[in-house]
Amino acid sequence: MKQRLAVALEARPWIWSFAAALLVWIAIAASVAGHGAMATIAVALQFGTFYAVVGIAQMLVIAAGPGNIDLSIPGVMTVAGYLAMGMTGEVNSGLVLGLLVGLGVGLAAGVFNIVLIDALRIPPMIGTLASGFVFQSMAIAYSRHSHARPAPLLADFVSARLLGIPLIALVFMALTVLTAFLLRRSIFGRSVLAIGQNREAARLAGLAVRPSLALVYLASGILAALAGILLSAYSGGAALNMGGEYLLMSIAVVVLGGTSIAGGQASPAGLWGAAILLDLVVTMLNVLGVGAGLRFVVTGIIIIGVLALARGPEARY
Amino acid sequence: MLAEIRLPSASPRVLLPAAALVAMLVLIFAMEPRAMSYFGLTLLLNFALPAVFAAMAQMAVIAAGDIDLGLGPFISLVNCLAATWLTTRPVAGIVALALLVAAYAAIGALIHLRRLPSIVVTLGASFVWLGLALLVLPTPGGGAPAWLTTLLAVRPPGVPLPVLISILVGLIGWLLLMRTSYGTVLRGIGGNPRAVARAGWSLLGGRVALYTAAGILGVLAGLALTGLNTAGDATVGTEYTLVSIAAVIVGGGEFVGGIVSPAGAVIGAWIMLLTGSLLSFLDISTDWQLSVQGGILILVLGLRALEERPAA
Repeated sequence: MKQRLAVALEARPWIWSFAAALLVWIAIAASVAGHGAMATIAVALQFGTFYAVVGIAQMLVIAAGPGNIDLSIPGVMTVAGYLAMGMTGEVNSGLVLGLLVGLGVGLAAGVFNIVLIDALRIPPMIGTLASGFVFQSMAIAYSRHSHARPAPLLADFVSARLLGIPLIALVFMALTVLTAFLLRRSIFGRSVLAIGQNREAARLAGLAVRPSLALVYLASGILAALAGILLSAYSGGAALNMGGEYLLMSIAVVVLGGTSIAGGQASPAGLWGAAILLDLVVTMLNVLGVGAGLRFVVTGIIIIGVLALARGPEARY
Repeated sequence: MLAEIRLPSASPRVLLPAAALVAMLVLIFAMEPRAMSYFGLTLLLNFALPAVFAAMAQMAVIAAGDIDLGLGPFISLVNCLAATWLTTRPVAGIVALALLVAAYAAIGALIHLRRLPSIVVTLGASFVWLGLALLVLPTPGGGAPAWLTTLLAVRPPGVPLPVLISILVGLIGWLLLMRTSYGTVLRGIGGNPRAVARAGWSLLGGRVALYTAAGILGVLAGLALTGLNTAGDATVGTEYTLVSIAAVIVGGGEFVGGIVSPAGAVIGAWIMLLTGSLLSFLDISTDWQLSVQGGILILVLGLRALEERPAA
């Protein structure tokens, strides 16, 4: 019985993040004596969605195996956010152009990263770090020309609620389900996981290694751009530092959500547990009246702590 | 033995960035002849001090086969501590800085013992550094200790201070890492850990030694920055994460295999620093400095890959 439970838990690594999120939520609910406890969840879902979107991106990349990581996510978010807002020009009629340009930026960023990694054989860590700074500096240069606010329609969409639940959370939960399905059932998904487990074996088995990896970075670029656009719309416009915390957060939700940092395995559902957990921790610290400084310290320690506890000494790099 | 294998391949790796640096300096001198003087060079290279220390810190981590994405925020934290505690309560300041070095050693030990990816741990640590910096100094301000500003205002005869210290740091790094037997062991940790362990050396001890060195060098970078800025700011060091990594790689280091070059890292730091001056002399907005720095990194790695391609 005990053994079966252990096996069941091992097959569902996302349970831990939800359990932790539940505990934190109970602590918050207790400290505010139940007042607005449900509202905390809605708020956590709203902000958690942005974490989850970049989390899906980072999860796909990390699942593709050791060495694969996308550090350009904050840069892509920022430049896509600025260009999408700027091209939209604060009117609903400009939305199509704005969204196309914003997502186009993500696509271009993905292609650029693929060229660095695949054609130039630069280690992904260094390649995406460097390209991320290139994107960030494009955003800095563009921000001198334009500081557009989001179009009303987009701003309404990102803060809309359906039965009290943020609409974008529902949309991206659907995307998460789709991602999980693709990873499990599609040739692309299964190839990515196989490559993540053993790249050489995947190549010998005749899997399309390079195209699969390219797709992963392409998806990451587009999702990062999408996150940047939505975050800009939610915050009333893009900001140069808006991507800052998302580098760590994109990796944190992946790791806390139960995806192995060594690759070859993914836990899409866990992204949401981790995203809600991280957001609830911030809420809890706010309830306790803690300032921004201590919030950063606690978040950092939680991430390092969970990582240290989750990975046994036998785990491979 | 490891050193014998690496030295021949290391030389052209350092010659190329050295040539690039000379070309940059020539270009700057051609556009602004006044920069060629003692004071011109001092002005031009003043911020070489934090950059060189940061590059050496990053080099120590890269030698272990790891990467430090928290170095920039760490330098900011040291800057904030130096601009507040070190000035008003020197003892508390020194203790705090010593604890920070110990924290770096602990991070190295944690990464080794739990086999964690350095990239995630140092990113997590970057949040801790940023948070602590904000706790120490919520808004930019404070002031540098008098001894620090005096120290950085020293004008040695003949050679400008930033040049002198850069050369000294490169030399000391070269002696310790390339010319001592333990230095060879340390470089082996990133290159061939199994061989190092078989030879009876502690991998844990080696990684802790490298991270401790990184912590000390990071503190020196933060102190140098404080002496130059004469104030504290919780986000001032952010750029040093990219600058330090780029400096090590451009200076002949490899991200995989623990191949590093102290002299190259110093040259790399100068190149990264001079991108800013070059842009302003060329009348291009420094908005693009990050692009140029990232671009140089991509260019160098791309060229290196193309060079190695025929052999593969």
